[in-house]
Amino acid sequence: MSDKKPKNVFREGAISSDFIGNSIYKHQTKTSIGAHNIFLGQVRADEIDGKTVAAIEYTAYEDMANQKFHDIREAAFEKFELTCMHIYHSLGTVKAGEICLFVFVSSPRRKVVFEALEYIVEAIKADVPVFGKEIFEDTSHQWKVNN
Amino acid sequence: MHITVKYFGQIVEVTNTQEETIEVVGSHISDLVGVLNSKYDQLEKKDFQIAQNQELVSLETELIGLEIALLPPFAGG
Repeated sequence: MSDKKPKNVFREGAISSDFIGNSIYKHQTKTSIGAHNIFLGQVRADEIDGKTVAAIEYTAYEDMANQKFHDIREAAFEKFELTCMHIYHSLGTVKAGEICLFVFVSSPRRKVVFEALEYIVEAIKADVPVFGKEIFEDTSHQWKVNN
Repeated sequence: MHITVKYFGQIVEVTNTQEETIEVVGSHISDLVGVLNSKYDQLEKKDFQIAQNQELVSLETELIGLEIALLPPFAGG
């Protein structure tokens, strides 16, 4: 269930498939759950003006960001019948093809997790002060902006 | 009033520092922004929101002496 104090959502570097797989495994003891839903944000090798994105370097206003993640979490528990919810976001360099965001929601029933996951991911994109520097293969850069 | 101001992302490319103390005469966020715009002539070209004590505020909000942050467009996920 939800905690009162904001957790640290950030992890240094990419989120590994081992970590994600292990998170799923840990929920096998929670047998009231009937449905999980997972969002994985992956760094895309966008091509812009002939240059390809090789990595994104993430920074954040960490205290405010953790508070915002906490608020999103509280709002989601309020709005949806969730058994549990986990959010992890990368800081530092994440290469193209690697995972930078992992959102994991669980509920007794499937309809809830589809709605909840979309709500949470959209709120993260809009409200959390995380910044991304897209680094091209030639080491030049531009700043990523969420739409 | 002395205000701690933090900068993030592309704003740091304009200020060349992540944090500093700014002396402001006046009592609103707009007064602080005025000081920053005269200190950094490239700042006006940048798109950013302002947080005071980790909450987004407008130019009309009163300064309360707590931490200010200049936040460029978000790019989480």
